[in-house]
Amino acid sequence: MKTVKVYGPGCKRCEATAAMVKDAASRLGVEVSVEKITDAKSIAMAGVMSTPGVAVDGKLVHAGGLPDTAKLESWLTA
Amino acid sequence: MTAETHPPRGRPDWVWYAGLPAAAGAWWLLYSQLVGFSEWATSLFPVARDSHTGEALAFFIYDVPKVLLLLTAIVFVTGVLRSWFSPEKTRAILAGKREIAGYPLAALLGVFTPFCSCSSVPLFIGFVSAGIPLGVTFSFLIAGPMVGPVGLGLLYGLVGWQIATVYLVFGFAIATVAGFMLGRMGLERYLQDWVRELNAGPVGDIPEERLTLADRFRIGAEQVREIVGKVWIWVLVGIGIGALIHGYVPEAMMLRIMGGEAWWSVPAAVAVGVPMYTNAAGVIPIVEALLGKGAALGTTLAFMMSVIALSLPEMIILKQVLTYRLIGIFLAVVSLGILATGFLFNLIL
Repeated sequence: MKTVKVYGPGCKRCEATAAMVKDAASRLGVEVSVEKITDAKSIAMAGVMSTPGVAVDGKLVHAGGLPDTAKLESWLTA
Repeated sequence: MTAETHPPRGRPDWVWYAGLPAAAGAWWLLYSQLVGFSEWATSLFPVARDSHTGEALAFFIYDVPKVLLLLTAIVFVTGVLRSWFSPEKTRAILAGKREIAGYPLAALLGVFTPFCSCSSVPLFIGFVSAGIPLGVTFSFLIAGPMVGPVGLGLLYGLVGWQIATVYLVFGFAIATVAGFMLGRMGLERYLQDWVRELNAGPVGDIPEERLTLADRFRIGAEQVREIVGKVWIWVLVGIGIGALIHGYVPEAMMLRIMGGEAWWSVPAAVAVGVPMYTNAAGVIPIVEALLGKGAALGTTLAFMMSVIALSLPEMIILKQVLTYRLIGIFLAVVSLGILATGFLFNLIL
C-alpha cells in the first residue's frame, strides 16, 4: 500500500489534487491511503513552498498546481 | 493570486501555434470596434446620450468588453511569462544575494514569480528559513500585488501610459524601500515563536519539467480560464461604480473631496483603501472614472495602491506567521510609503 500526502492549506486546488490521487489509484487498482496535511508548520517542514505538494511514500514528487494525470499514475505505479 | 499550473494535456501543439495568431487577430479586431459598438449599443436604450444616465450607461457598455478583453490578454501573457519562474527558483536566486542587492531583486521577482495567496505562508517560511532576510522577503510580498501585471496593464489601457509608468516606478520603489526599512528594524523577534524556532526542511528537490512553447501557451490559457472566471464579478462591480461616478458625480464635488487642495484627502484615501478588498481589475475602472472627474493624481494613486497592495485577507493569512505587532508595523511602513507618494504627486502637479 502506498501512502500519499497532499500538502496544502485546504484551498480548492488541494482538495482537487487529493481527489485526483484517489481517482488515479482506483483506476489503477492501487491501494493508497491519502492524507491531507493542512497545518502550515508541517507543510514547511516537508519543504513545500508552493501548494499543493504531493509526497508518495515519504518522497516529495510534486509542488505547485494540479499534478499531471500521466505523472500521477507513474508515481503510484513506481 | 496566480499559481503555477501544470499544462492540461489536450489539443495537439500545432493547434496552439496556428490558433494563437488567429486569436490575437480576432482580439485586435474586437478591440478596435469598441467605440462604435458601445455608442451603437447605448443608442438602443431610451435615454438621452448626454444625460447622467446616458453617460453612465455609455461608460459601462464601453468598459465591460474593453476590460474583459484587456484582462484576458494580460493574464494569458503573464501566465506564459511566469511559466519560466517558480518560488523555488526565486528562493535559490535570493538566498545567494547580498542583502542590499536583495531588495530590488526581490521586488522584481515578486512581479514574475507565480504564487497564490493561499501559499503565502509556506512561501514566507521557505524564504526565511533559507536565510533570506525578513526585509527582502517583505519586498517580495509587497511587490507581487502592488505592481502586478493586471493592475499595470489595465492602467495602461484605461488611463494611459504616463500614469501607468508613474505607478510602476513608485510601486516598485515602495516595495524596495519599505522592505529595506522593515529589514533595518530587526523585527525577527516579532515572528510567531514556532516560525523562529523552525528549521524548515530543505525544499524538496523535484526535477524540473521540460515544457514546450505549446505547454506554456496551455498554462497561459488555463490561467485565463481560472482568473477571468474568478474576477469577472469584481470587474462588473468596479465598472458599475466607475459608471455611477462618471455619470452622476459633479466635478465640483469631486474637486472638493479628492482635489489637490484638500490635503486630508490622501490619508482619507488610504484609510478607505486599506480595508477595501478587490482585485486590481475591479479598482482600475474606478480610478479611470475618478481621474476623469478631476480627482488629484496623488490622491487617486494612494487610493489605488492601498486597495491593491494591502488587503485584510492577506493579513489574516500572514497572522499564522507574524504577530499582530509585526503586522501593524508592516501596515504602517507600507502605508507611509503610499502616503508619501500621494502627497508628492499632489504637491508637484
